[in-house]
Amino acid sequence: MEHIVIIGNGISGVTVARHIRKASDKQITIVSAESDYFFSRTALMYVYMGHMKFEHTKPYEDWFWKKNRIDLKTGYVEHIDTDTSSLLFADGTNLSYDKLIIATGSKTNKFGWPGQDLKGVQGLYSKQDLENLEVYAPNNQACKRAVIVGGGLIGIELAEMLHSRHIPVTFLVRESSFWNGVLPKEESEMINKEILNNGIDLRLSSSLKEVISDESGQVKSIIIEGTGEEIPCNLVGLTAGVSPNIDVAKNSNIETGRGIKVNRFLETNIPNIYAIGDCAEQHEAIGNRRPIEAVWYTGRMMGEVLAQTICGNRMAYKPGHWFNSAKFIDIEYQTYGWVWAQPKENEARFYWEHESGKRCIHINYDKNTREFLGINNFGIRMRHEFFDKVLTEKKSVEYVLEHLADANFDPEFYKLHEKEIVAKFNIENNTNIQLKKKSWKRIFQTN
Amino acid sequence: MKTIQNIGLTLFLAGLTVFISLIFIGKYEVTPQILDELVSNKGIKSELFINDMKAHVVGKEFSNPFSFSSEITSALETANETYKQNSEWGKVIWDKPHSLSYEIAKKSGTGIVKENKSLFWWLTFGLGILGALMYIIPNVVILGRPGIKNNGIWFDASMNRGWIGWFAFVFLVSFYLLLYFRPDFIVNWTYVVDPISENLSGNLASQWFLYGFLYCTVMTVMAVRMYIKYRHNKYQILRTTSVLFFQIVFAFLIPEILVRFEKPWYDFKNAFPLDYDFFFSWNLNELMASGGLGLFILVWGVVLTLVIVPVMVYFFGKRWYCSWVCGCGGLAETLGDPYRQLSDKSLIAWKFERWIVHGVLVFAIVMTGFTLYTYFSGTEAVLGIKTQTIQDIYGFLIGAIFAGVIGTGFYPIFGNRVWCRFGCPLAAYLGIVQRFKSRFRITTNGGQCISCGNCSTYCEQGIDVRAYAQKGENIVRSSCVGCGICSAVCPRGVLKLENGPEDGRINPTEILLGNDVDLMDLLKQK
Ligand SMILES: Cc1cc2nc3c(=O)[nH]c(=O)nc-3n(C[C@H](O)[C@H](O)[C@H](O)COP(=O)(O)OP(=O)(O)OC[C@H]3O[C@@H](n4cnc5c(N)ncnc54)[C@H](O)[C@@H]3O)c2cc1C
Ligand code: SF4
Ligand code: SF4
Repeated sequence: MEHIVIIGNGISGVTVARHIRKASDKQITIVSAESDYFFSRTALMYVYMGHMKFEHTKPYEDWFWKKNRIDLKTGYVEHIDTDTSSLLFADGTNLSYDKLIIATGSKTNKFGWPGQDLKGVQGLYSKQDLENLEVYAPNNQACKRAVIVGGGLIGIELAEMLHSRHIPVTFLVRESSFWNGVLPKEESEMINKEILNNGIDLRLSSSLKEVISDESGQVKSIIIEGTGEEIPCNLVGLTAGVSPNIDVAKNSNIETGRGIKVNRFLETNIPNIYAIGDCAEQHEAIGNRRPIEAVWYTGRMMGEVLAQTICGNRMAYKPGHWFNSAKFIDIEYQTYGWVWAQPKENEARFYWEHESGKRCIHINYDKNTREFLGINNFGIRMRHEFFDKVLTEKKSVEYVLEHLADANFDPEFYKLHEKEIVAKFNIENNTNIQLKKKSWKRIFQTN
Repeated sequence: MKTIQNIGLTLFLAGLTVFISLIFIGKYEVTPQILDELVSNKGIKSELFINDMKAHVVGKEFSNPFSFSSEITSALETANETYKQNSEWGKVIWDKPHSLSYEIAKKSGTGIVKENKSLFWWLTFGLGILGALMYIIPNVVILGRPGIKNNGIWFDASMNRGWIGWFAFVFLVSFYLLLYFRPDFIVNWTYVVDPISENLSGNLASQWFLYGFLYCTVMTVMAVRMYIKYRHNKYQILRTTSVLFFQIVFAFLIPEILVRFEKPWYDFKNAFPLDYDFFFSWNLNELMASGGLGLFILVWGVVLTLVIVPVMVYFFGKRWYCSWVCGCGGLAETLGDPYRQLSDKSLIAWKFERWIVHGVLVFAIVMTGFTLYTYFSGTEAVLGIKTQTIQDIYGFLIGAIFAGVIGTGFYPIFGNRVWCRFGCPLAAYLGIVQRFKSRFRITTNGGQCISCGNCSTYCEQGIDVRAYAQKGENIVRSSCVGCGICSAVCPRGVLKLENGPEDGRINPTEILLGNDVDLMDLLKQK
């Protein structure tokens, strides 16, 4: 029986395993050095915050794997021998494969800052990172202040986590406004305010120069680039992005760039070896996507597709319309389609913000054809299916506004803002769009 | 703010301590008049009992309810035993020993509690309410800005099955045991609420009045907590207001006022088979004897169960009852909310749940079948089994032990819906309708789920919501009470409770929205 070995038990590795099992009887082994069972990386923050216990982050009960005949192996793969098709483990053992799937995820970026490897300096990626956090920042007695370096999604999560334990946080963000390489100015500023309102010491346009050690090799303070200001702290969170974890492919014949290079079929240069998830890098980016997509959803989608290829139905990775979501402390964010930080030449924008300053939507559309291109919604939930369909059918911005009530996904009885939004659009664009009443028929197109 | 909370906690604990210590104080003395009245009111013919009472109880002062109760119950039991042996059935006293003892104690109690009812109301309820509110209200500030704030729940010994949780468990279980099986020990508690009872129904408080009043009080105070915790979530606010309204008005005020006008005590929202003794002969007889209103109640009770309940479930899901109207649900969603994360999400728990809850439903229906057969045919037994026996077993096992002692007592251990999930026959009935014929579902938002597990963790019914959401599948489960918390805690806006067309409500999926459309089509065809 063909033996499929998967390195990495994250969402990508587990998804491909599950789908191979659904479609075939092949022998499947998942290898991981991090945890015995698959857990949800995205939920690490909730464990530290006391919303959940670690066991709650496991999406499947422990018996699931045996029942589905997916073998789990704990161990660190040191080397892939592509000639003999076998893996060499750190403990000296071997495992041979017929097909190998590399799904090793990412690791925290470290940019060579002096002191970056001191005790109390860490990223937030793995289960071990979470455990270290309990050592160096268990409470505000042991950790008088924490400094977070890098204003992205993980950075703000870490800030929220520490804040939940009343640890004062200084948040260094290199950009002039939070995540403004991705978010347009308005949204970015809304999040700046949210951070400040939570009592977090947000430092925009600030970067780390170096981390200073105390006698015991533990962090004592950091120094800010430029101003030279020294900030005493007991924890430094490095959250300036992640990059593919390709250690395992080094010293092998597998072609790597920043990630493990794959074609549209997620195949590497070596036959029978594939790479998916955070660690995979497309030779050429797909559409407007990046060559490396380090998000949960894309890892899952690659897994879904690759299972087909492995089971004899060779299929290219052709993701549908872009979508994503996050939560910035109390403000939920979803996006469908593309809303760039800066509009492109052919693009026009429509922005509406609620008077509370905690809710907004930002629509991107084509100036000339009026085609709807994407939406950012903050503090309002929107229906994925609605926007997926709108994007596929290339509907106009007017259509979207007209049917905004169908798109809303907030819980029942929430105050709806569609009228206000449409009215604002009408005034700004001299249009006369009439909001349609919500229609189940349209929403759940059953035809 | 912390100081206010600490003072609040101290006051609350003080109130609780006084409340508990009331059990141990007070004096009881049965005067000859009390005994005579009892004998003539109840038509007691048991000379042995009367003599025993005269010899050992009357005229003596008891300084605690335990020795008092034990004298009376043993007098009753020895007397009964003798008569039963001699087949002198007419002289047997059929009252439950502790209920009779309660009746006597209520009349014969003396001492500071009975003499200072209002004072002790303030020292127990008053301190408790004030303290609890002082503990709860500062959360407006302490919790931080509106939003989901479950910070530290799993570190807190009161909410993670820690020692405080176990303490609460022991307290609640003892409370229910006393309430159901030793009412004569808690006579002092009933004195405290006598003035309120007299104002409402004109009668002195029974242990059930005490329970009703306490229930409403606890719900109200803990509803304040809900209002603060979920102040950003209108669904939660409205739902909490609704259960509170139905509890106070329908389960408490209206029945008491009915009694005042010498009508039968009836809770109009309490549907059979949760209201399991609705068809018992004593109830039917009482209703028939109560003229127009009685007849109306009879018709209403039947229509409620057979028509209103299923039709409403069709349109809105069982949540309209379980999370918006029901008293058991009301307590679970207020007092029980801090414990919702303790429900067991495993598959095996789900299996147990289905066997047990449907078993109770079958039990309730069979019992009612027997009851009605007996009622109309006049025979006491069906298939050699006495109807009375079945009713007694149900009342004891399901009505008292399951619904009360386990159902509420186990909140701090198994989560806040133990009864609703495992025991309630009405929930089982509503669930069957919800699963097979309803517009309600929890819609999953395409591919947005990140499998974080907040939804499953906070589902009080132990539904593994994530298992559905991460497959892009709608949640259609008979046990879902539509509390909406899974949707509230989801950090990615994945879940929405809604009532839509039945078509496509159940949508098993292979892969989620957002991937290659060809792949989705391919897998759909398979
Ligand atoms: C805190 C945090 C929050 C996030 N939140 C979101 C979010 O909200 N939305 C979103 O879309 N994305 C989010 N992400 C990103 C998302 O979690 C990742 O994109 C996703 O987990 C990547 O999955 P993967 O399967 O590719 O790799 P991983 O989950 O990283 O799994 C790789 C596994 O392989 C193991 N491994 C690596 N090398 C070896 C070896 N040599 N031998 C053995 N085992 C090895 C690793 O230990 C690891 O267990 C978040 C990430 C983090 C860290
Ligand atoms: S599934 Fe959601 S709405 Fe239903 S009972 Fe569980 S938490 Fe409540
Ligand atoms: S809470 Fe939301 S994102 Fe998390 S597992 Fe549940 S549905 Fe998915």
